[in-house]
Amino acid sequence: MNSLAISVSHLTKVYGERSAVSQASFDVPMGTVCGFVGPNGSGKTTTIRMLLGLISPTEGTGSVLGESITHPERYLPRVGAMIEGPAFYPALSGAENLKVLADLGGYPIARVQGLLEQVGLGDRGGGKFKTYSLGMKQRLGIAAALLPQPKLLILDEPTNGLDPSGIQEVRELLKELAADGTTVFVSSHLLSELEMISEYLVMLRLGKVAFSGKTHELLSAQQPILVARPEYEIDLGRVVEIARMSGHEVSIVEGAANILAPSSWAAALNRLAFESGVTLASLTSVLPTLEETFFEMTSEAVSDVDFGGNK
Amino acid sequence: MFHVFLAESRKLRRPTLLYSTMLMVAGISALFTALLYLLINSRDGNGRRGASISALTLSRSNGLVSGFTSTVTLLGIVALCIFAAQTAQEYTFGTLRNLLVRQPSRMKILLGKYLSMAFFALVMDFLSLIVSVGLSYALAGHAHVSTSAWSSAAGLHALVQGFGNVFIATIGFGTLGMILGLLLRSPISSIAIGVIWVLIIESLLSAVIKNADRWLPGALIGAVGNGGDVGLSYSRSLGLSILYLLAGSAVVAYLFKRRDVAN
Repeated sequence: MNSLAISVSHLTKVYGERSAVSQASFDVPMGTVCGFVGPNGSGKTTTIRMLLGLISPTEGTGSVLGESITHPERYLPRVGAMIEGPAFYPALSGAENLKVLADLGGYPIARVQGLLEQVGLGDRGGGKFKTYSLGMKQRLGIAAALLPQPKLLILDEPTNGLDPSGIQEVRELLKELAADGTTVFVSSHLLSELEMISEYLVMLRLGKVAFSGKTHELLSAQQPILVARPEYEIDLGRVVEIARMSGHEVSIVEGAANILAPSSWAAALNRLAFESGVTLASLTSVLPTLEETFFEMTSEAVSDVDFGGNK
Repeated sequence: MFHVFLAESRKLRRPTLLYSTMLMVAGISALFTALLYLLINSRDGNGRRGASISALTLSRSNGLVSGFTSTVTLLGIVALCIFAAQTAQEYTFGTLRNLLVRQPSRMKILLGKYLSMAFFALVMDFLSLIVSVGLSYALAGHAHVSTSAWSSAAGLHALVQGFGNVFIATIGFGTLGMILGLLLRSPISSIAIGVIWVLIIESLLSAVIKNADRWLPGALIGAVGNGGDVGLSYSRSLGLSILYLLAGSAVVAYLFKRRDVAN
């Protein structure tokens, strides 16, 4: 049995003069939750569309659930997907919309009510789609993606428009699905959410893969930050000076000095500060978050893209 | 393909579309049939383009179906609008991507949708026939039209033939709508262009260019519905209509199969 849910090699999509995706190569192991991140316009949705057979690659190869992406009919019955937000017929109810897709895929209609309940729309399934809030539409999109009881779930921004409790529910749902053996490939702008659930990560930048691998490998490879907070804020300048004189980069964030230095330098910093007459109220060593790492890795691209979720 | 047929039928069964369309079809049939009988002695005529259809003509074996066949263009326009809207809305709602994820064979999607809409048109035509036939019997006495030939074997044959021709024409107009829907990918544009072409542009062209209606698709499909027309034989109308629609269908099927779904 193939151990990779998704595997792409040199995948490229060119529109006229513009490369939407360029030579992308990455693997997603079976049974994991894999975050798919990148600024708007980095090629995430184009890649997902190629995986789902909606657009043809200009170059490169790929496989999904062990089948070539040139034959989507061989794997799509085992794939659930929500691409670029939920799209349904406004005049039909949520339940009817799901029944249309159930008819189309040849799935039992009886599955619809259970799915509506699973995503928290059990009592609103009879309402017309056009009357749904953004959060409800998003939940219906997730229900539609779960319709085929997929081995691979591909979700593009599933938490858009959800309130904090809705986001938490989606997070728990994805964890449950992964625990049951479903591979989840999810793109999101909520990097803190992805950091909590993703074992694997694929990061795109300007259509190219900037990183692909285990999330903890990415984060642990980053230089840790020493966060030094003096007892009196007036002493912050002195702490910055000590760090710089020792050859470390430093920035001030919310009344603390964030110093790019290994945790082993903490004792030296504490001693130097004490010798300068500065008492440190706290001194901690932290790894950068996924969000900080993401901004660091995509810093050249962020100046001209929007991270607000607008596409 | 059967699954696509079922899925499309569920969309076509939504009450607002189903009831409003059927009500409109029943109304059109009732109006055209009623005018045929109520204006039977009018100097302005009681048929298409001011033609006078006498009680004697209506008393013939094919008289029963006259009211029904006179609605062919309007039934065709309704079909054109439905086929165009049901096809193009998949692009405007962004639902085409859902369809293609659940049924990756694009040809099956097209054929399943087409057959489902053709079935809808069949129901629509059948309702129109029932309303028209019922009203014809109800008004025949008032217009001094004899109904004895209507129930003869020749009368039944004319009824079946008339229904078949109108159904073919309705499907023809519907196919035209589907071609426009796939080409333009917008319900409003495809309906507007289709209706304006059939009702206005073809009429203008026919008025200014001699024998233009012998070549115009809307006129040819309409002539099929009427079992042939003045200067337009049935076989020529049917042959050319099929040729036009097959050519158009081949082009849009190729585009639909090859085009990226990027919205």
